[in-house]
Amino acid sequence: MLNFILRRSLILIPFLFLISIISFTVIQLPPGTYVDTYVNNLKLQGGTVSEEQKASIEAMYGLDKPMAVQYGLWITNIILRGNFGNSFRYNRPVTDILQERIPRTVSISLVSIFLTWLIAVPLGILSAVKQYSFWDHLFTFISLLGLAVPGFLLALILMYAVYAQTGWMISGLFSPEFRSEPWSVAKFTDMLKNIWLPLLVLSITGVAGIIRVLRASLLDELNKQYVTTARAKGLSEWQLILQYPIRIAINPLISTLGWMLPAVVGGEIVISKVLNLPTTGPVLLEATTAQDMYLAGGIVMILSLLTVIGTFISDILLAVNDPRIRMN
Amino acid sequence: MEKVDQLDRQADKQGWGNAQAPTADRSRSAMNDRSAQLNQRYRRNKARRQILAEQLYGASQYQLMRVKFKKHRVAMLSLYLLGIFYFVAIFAEFMVPYTTTQRFEEAIYASPTQIHLFDAEGKLTTPFFYSSKSKIDTATFRYEPVIDDAATVNRIQFFAQGEPYKVLGIIPLNRRLYAVEGEQPLFLLGADQLGRDLLSRIIYASRVSLFVGFGGVIISFFLGILLGGISGFAGGVVDVVIQRLIELLMSIPQIPLWLALSAAIPTEWTGIQTYFAITLVLSLVGWTGLARVVRGKILSLREEDYVTAARISSASNMAIIFRHLLPGITSYLVVHVTISIPYMILGETTLSFLGLGIRAPDVSWGTLLQQAQDVVVITNYPWLLLPAVFVVAAVILFNFIGDGLRDAADPYAR
Amino acid sequence: MNRLDVQGLKTYFFLDKGILKAVDGVSFTVGDQETIGIIGESGCGKSMTAQSLLRLVARPGEIVHGQAFLRRKDGSIVDILALDANSSELRSIRGNEISIVFQEPMTSFSPVHTIGFQISQMYKIHTDLNKAEIRERVLELLTRVGISNPQQRLDEYPYQLSGGMRQRAMIAMALSCKPQVVIADEPTTALDVTIQAQILELMKDLQHEADMSTVYITHNMAVIAENVDRVYVMYLGRVVESTTTQQLFSNPLHPYTQKLLRSIPRPGQRVDRLEIIAGSVPNAIDPPVQCGFFSRCPAAMVGKCDRTVPELVEIEAGHFVRCFLYSEETEPEDEWTNI
Repeated sequence: MLNFILRRSLILIPFLFLISIISFTVIQLPPGTYVDTYVNNLKLQGGTVSEEQKASIEAMYGLDKPMAVQYGLWITNIILRGNFGNSFRYNRPVTDILQERIPRTVSISLVSIFLTWLIAVPLGILSAVKQYSFWDHLFTFISLLGLAVPGFLLALILMYAVYAQTGWMISGLFSPEFRSEPWSVAKFTDMLKNIWLPLLVLSITGVAGIIRVLRASLLDELNKQYVTTARAKGLSEWQLILQYPIRIAINPLISTLGWMLPAVVGGEIVISKVLNLPTTGPVLLEATTAQDMYLAGGIVMILSLLTVIGTFISDILLAVNDPRIRMN
Repeated sequence: MEKVDQLDRQADKQGWGNAQAPTADRSRSAMNDRSAQLNQRYRRNKARRQILAEQLYGASQYQLMRVKFKKHRVAMLSLYLLGIFYFVAIFAEFMVPYTTTQRFEEAIYASPTQIHLFDAEGKLTTPFFYSSKSKIDTATFRYEPVIDDAATVNRIQFFAQGEPYKVLGIIPLNRRLYAVEGEQPLFLLGADQLGRDLLSRIIYASRVSLFVGFGGVIISFFLGILLGGISGFAGGVVDVVIQRLIELLMSIPQIPLWLALSAAIPTEWTGIQTYFAITLVLSLVGWTGLARVVRGKILSLREEDYVTAARISSASNMAIIFRHLLPGITSYLVVHVTISIPYMILGETTLSFLGLGIRAPDVSWGTLLQQAQDVVVITNYPWLLLPAVFVVAAVILFNFIGDGLRDAADPYAR
Repeated sequence: MNRLDVQGLKTYFFLDKGILKAVDGVSFTVGDQETIGIIGESGCGKSMTAQSLLRLVARPGEIVHGQAFLRRKDGSIVDILALDANSSELRSIRGNEISIVFQEPMTSFSPVHTIGFQISQMYKIHTDLNKAEIRERVLELLTRVGISNPQQRLDEYPYQLSGGMRQRAMIAMALSCKPQVVIADEPTTALDVTIQAQILELMKDLQHEADMSTVYITHNMAVIAENVDRVYVMYLGRVVESTTTQQLFSNPLHPYTQKLLRSIPRPGQRVDRLEIIAGSVPNAIDPPVQCGFFSRCPAAMVGKCDRTVPELVEIEAGHFVRCFLYSEETEPEDEWTNI
């Protein structure tokens, strides 16, 4: 077991380096730099920027240096000083922005994941056990809808429905009156009134996938011999299902746990943008399109890092759950 | 040991904990009822079964799959419906009267046109509608269609003549499924901010949205099978290297990758070039999943006895791959393709919705939904959400077909 | 009264292609401390008979007919096949009154639970013992079935045991609650010969110690010869001959049994060709109304054996045969005959 962990950890380090390089490259892909975006914005507002001014701004930010050098500077800053650089757009350190956004993102994500599993796991099990029954067809259809309707669409439709019925626009976590107010009971209640929508949307999209996976994998296991043996021992159906095949059927879900780590921190991007949530997602979107290099690069790198760590944790959890994997 | 024996003897006399008093002689009606029910059903189906048995005798794997698939009613229905979707998309010029850019300045945000079948006297007549213009209602700040006083009647013609066009770019034609006599526009699904017919735009957009999946799937298919297959079959160093590569690619968060790659597409590129670039972008992320699964399946199949038997019979590596391993995977591949296409459709819709996908003047369902971003706009003009219905419908249909294929390919299914 | 009295068991599988008559009217009895054997080729329905008894048959299989009277430990009599599928009574029979030792111990154990857990569970289900008492008994049980180092084995997973040990563990589990009837479904087929002998010895011993009756399901004549009091020979879902072991070997009546016995190579006797039974088992889906062995029977009478099904008839004391060579009686038709 320890061997297993050690081996995997060793691969991690060179991996992380490669990831940092790829993250940096990915961010650089869109043509131009932030300065172009800035200049464009200025032009739209009627200002003008000459070529020399533009060049000097670029030099000031070190954007005129060759790619490799820029990368070198960036990565050394991160490793040695934990400094992810500044966001051009917000003119603040990247770490500040992240510190603001990430906790909120994490909380929303965790709650929605909890809700998702709470709903999806029992439904998935029910679906498999009562295969081809009315409930099975119903849940399968619901999960199909959940998969087919893109999250942002669902968000839009729900927003529209609420607005049309009540005249109330859900946008962001707080109503406009409460946004800059300090925390209070009223603010908290207000948040609850707004947050149910994002949570609902996030959960539904998650529920669909989990029901399908769990149903398929449980159905696979239910036909196996050891289930018959358990039945022959005199266990009741539910007892034996929950004790035996579930353990193995859960494996694919445990694999998905690994993916969850970056998702929890990054949040759902498009849905967050549509719903105007103050999470990491919309920031990443803007940063990538505006070429806000350090902000975007920092977030991408952190998310990649989390993906790798998450997969690692998934592997460990799998080994814990299924002793056969430990043997391999 | 003594104590245990003692306890045992005691238990033997008293009976173990859970033993229940037997129920009085229960009638066997449950078994009898069920038995009678099955008996009847089987008598009725006898002829059909015999035909089926003859069909299936000696059938190949694919024939068996086809027969099973046909029995899956939902999948068959989905197949037909999807076929209709694609048919309409291909023959868009014939199906709808307007192009994607045709504007009607007096019909801003027009609601779906009301079609009447009964004329003023209440007689059944060819479908028609009244001319109207869009005017802003000063109270609600909403555009409302106002029927002009003359109540001019516009008739809808079927197979009407109109502007000439070319089917598939080759065959010249000038008839359309339906059109209007005169200048007034007919908006079956309403119009958008620039007075463009939504239905026409949706149908033309389906060309992009429905076909973008194929290109992407083909590419990711090739990459996935090639690399996954090599990885699984060759094993050793090659396997390790490819696996690490896949893991590396998979650790980049997907949407930022998409965003960056899409944003990197030069704005000067034409619609078609952009379109293919988007396809490439989508498939680049997708192939890794397929590669992993192919590798996994090959690894497990490689150890099966029948492969060993083939090797012993001096089958060449190529023969082993194609005649022995591949059939075991084909069913999974087929299902994977049917599931990947909706995934690509959703991906393209999302990208276009964010403004990073298909660019004007081309339309896809995603770009059409950009107009629906504003909740106030949707509340006033809810038909703008209709492209979403098409997206969802297409994805659901593909999924049903995928389910049908999976059930058909599974030899153990009921 | 017998411990177990099965009458007219019919288990059919309702497939798209037709009806697979896996068990087509099987009757047998098991007395106190008796050892029964059910012998036949693969696919003749022996395993399905056992599983039907404990109501383990899953869709598309159904038990369409039959009664299985069990005299429980407390003396009461119950028809297992009439019980509700979800009843606690049925669950109190499984493992407690009747146990099955399955054929493939590797797949019969859950791969992700320890042996100790799985065996202990029997006690948890059927008794009120506490953890310590259960542990004590499990250890004793493991020792009794010949597993060395039981404390270590308790916490091991199935894949860590050898084939022979797994089978012993399987037996231990089946016997833990002292069932009245143990059905051993090909208990030695997956093991090598030396282990086979040990396992059979073990089962004999255990049977003597506890007040247990055994049903051996096998295709191996040697197992029958060594261990079994009475034999039922099955072919294509029906019992074609049943008698004591001695009678079976000294005076086999049914052509199938005769060929079966003749096909066993005898050490010390050199032959140029081994005796075989020509042909193969016919398709059991929608079988025609005839004697199942017709297509391979050297004594087949065309016009008779391929038109009706002979009935199982007592030819001499305790010796039943289903063959037109010995009796003219035919199996009465029922609603399933010409479906």
